[in-house]
Amino acid sequence: MSASNVSDVDRSLYDFVKPEEGYERFADGLTPDIVRAISSKKDEPDWMLELRLKSLDIYQDLRMPSNWGPSIEGLDMDHISTYVTSKAKQAKNWDEVPTEIKDTFEKLGIPEAERTSLAGVGAQYDSELVYHNMREEVAEQGVVYSGIEEALHGPYEDMIREHFMSLVPPTDHKFAALHGAVWSGGSFVYVPEGVHLDFPLQSYFRLNAAGAGQFEHTLIIVEPGADLHFIEGCSAPKYNVANLHAGCVELFVGKGARLRYSTIENWSKNMYNLNTKRARVAEDGVMEWVSGSFGSHVSYLYPTTILAGARSSCEFTGITFAGATQNLDTGCKVVLAAPDTKASVSTKSLSKSGGVSTFRSSVMVTRNAERARASVSCQSLMLDDQSRSDTIPAMDVRCKSASVGHEATIGRISDDTILYLMSRGATEQEARTMVVNGFANPISKELPLEYAVEMNNLIKLEMEGAIG
Amino acid sequence: MTDKLLDIAGLCAGTEDATILHDIDLTLAPGTTHVLMGPNGAGKSTLGHVIMGDPTYRTSAGTISFDGADVTADTADKRSLAGIFLSYQAPVEVPGVPLYSFLRTIAGKRPELKMTSRQFRARVGELAQQLDMDSSYLTRELNVGFSGGEKKKVEMLQLLLLQPKLAILDETDSGLDVDALAVVSRGIEAYRASCDGTLLVITHNTRILERLDVDRTHVMVKGRLVAEGGADLIPKIDREGFEQFEQTGDGDR
Repeated sequence: MSASNVSDVDRSLYDFVKPEEGYERFADGLTPDIVRAISSKKDEPDWMLELRLKSLDIYQDLRMPSNWGPSIEGLDMDHISTYVTSKAKQAKNWDEVPTEIKDTFEKLGIPEAERTSLAGVGAQYDSELVYHNMREEVAEQGVVYSGIEEALHGPYEDMIREHFMSLVPPTDHKFAALHGAVWSGGSFVYVPEGVHLDFPLQSYFRLNAAGAGQFEHTLIIVEPGADLHFIEGCSAPKYNVANLHAGCVELFVGKGARLRYSTIENWSKNMYNLNTKRARVAEDGVMEWVSGSFGSHVSYLYPTTILAGARSSCEFTGITFAGATQNLDTGCKVVLAAPDTKASVSTKSLSKSGGVSTFRSSVMVTRNAERARASVSCQSLMLDDQSRSDTIPAMDVRCKSASVGHEATIGRISDDTILYLMSRGATEQEARTMVVNGFANPISKELPLEYAVEMNNLIKLEMEGAIG
Repeated sequence: MTDKLLDIAGLCAGTEDATILHDIDLTLAPGTTHVLMGPNGAGKSTLGHVIMGDPTYRTSAGTISFDGADVTADTADKRSLAGIFLSYQAPVEVPGVPLYSFLRTIAGKRPELKMTSRQFRARVGELAQQLDMDSSYLTRELNVGFSGGEKKKVEMLQLLLLQPKLAILDETDSGLDVDALAVVSRGIEAYRASCDGTLLVITHNTRILERLDVDRTHVMVKGRLVAEGGADLIPKIDREGFEQFEQTGDGDR
């Protein structure tokens, strides 16, 4: 069959732009004054300002990563505004949210999902949260779900101070340092011991402003025996200038607790998505990641799990779809650092129309991790001859009794399969979409229903115009 | 209604490198049952695939008309919707696509099969039962991990669901045990009975034919149709094999 006829994806669902009039936008670039201004606007405790300024120093000392993954040369930090906000105050009721912002989230289906299937919702627009609310019965169980700024002014300040950027220190890499300096927005979640949430909490991040950065921080503490499903969604309209997302996610899973963290990332294709996510799991704790990466121009995304307690485990289920102009370097890292820990990684990657998808994984087993077990499986599907798919697994096993396995397959859609489906009445495009959906199915099954539907829609949009 | 459902005239087809089918003329009247026999490698399956529209093969001369329309240039999906069905010798596995939703999709492409979800469920359940298929098959991924016999049952299930005007069965009997063969034979009978469909059965084995009323038998050797007869040709081939035809079949391959 002949090569793909490339067409751009219809992202009209995500691509609408709202005017920025009346917004406060800090000057582009990065100076101590800007950092101080962000901090003072948030009326932060002194320790946080110190952390920001220290991070800025580190940022200026560290070099841009140059020997790693796809190029980020198109990202000019002198022309990224680190802080943009509407004048709106954070609301607990959608009616109090300014119309154009509310309209954005309506289009994305957030209030609807909140009514039907969520225990709480946070919505961030550019640099600040515009909405945060949780069901009363959940709050009554002692669950905290709020903006970090808000939590810093309450009884959880000490807890935040203890955990904030302890898993991802500003020294970790240049963009972690940047995050430490200019972070804004995000969510703080605290689930007390033994509390099980029946419905997920969801935060949605929308970056509307052109040439801006989004640096939200998500800090989740799940106490022993507790259980939480947290969903994160993100999108942005497309601009001709680069946008930057350098968020940070820190997750603490207590003894015997379970945390599932689901993400569907659908940034526009001018976005540099340089996000850092990390989880630390105590004894018998369970960490589950479900991760869908569809958007952005360039992504560096490797959620990391540190299995610190004996018998703790993690599962990572991910899918990456790289289309035209996209270079997505995704994967995950696991550190098995205690006896009888268990990690299972299963990913799928798709590339099409010249897109590049690289799966990068790192499994490390420390000396004391007796009987640790890890399995990594990566399947890649290339949809045409211009696309590229790479698998780069790394393993560092320092314990004799550990067992680690890796399996990777890279393939194409076979002509026989297309003929079979076409000879039963499907058009060529339908046949290809069917195969791709089938390939992604094990991942979409893990997603909450509305996200699975969104993922299937994204695949359909990506496949349209791909007559081979 | 024409008396020629399928009309192939002067057809030459093959791959880029070699012509496989030479000057094929074949006419099938509606509601008739035809058998295409011949030794391995004679080009029987290629003819089935060319009728279906497999882009692996190029037609260099001749035409294929179906139901009064020239379909020579049509893609497989168009031919399928026009009423041509090919049951494959080795049906492919499609991971992640549940059989049931696949059936719903392909039936949904055909206005004449418009059904409510409930009607569709009932219909598929009924057909599965008829073919001795456990209903758990329906939720499994299309052909994935199915045995040879199970895959052929899935082909029969689609045949009975879609009720095409022409069904080409490419070695449907190959690799089947006696029980599976009986089920497949039942499926073919049900197809003939339910919609008076036309059959072209490709085989090199006469067993599947025992339960069929065959109208015409065609013999292919080295890419040419070299003999044609009634049902009585089958026992003759069974006794004497294809050697009797091979002299007539040497061509300019």
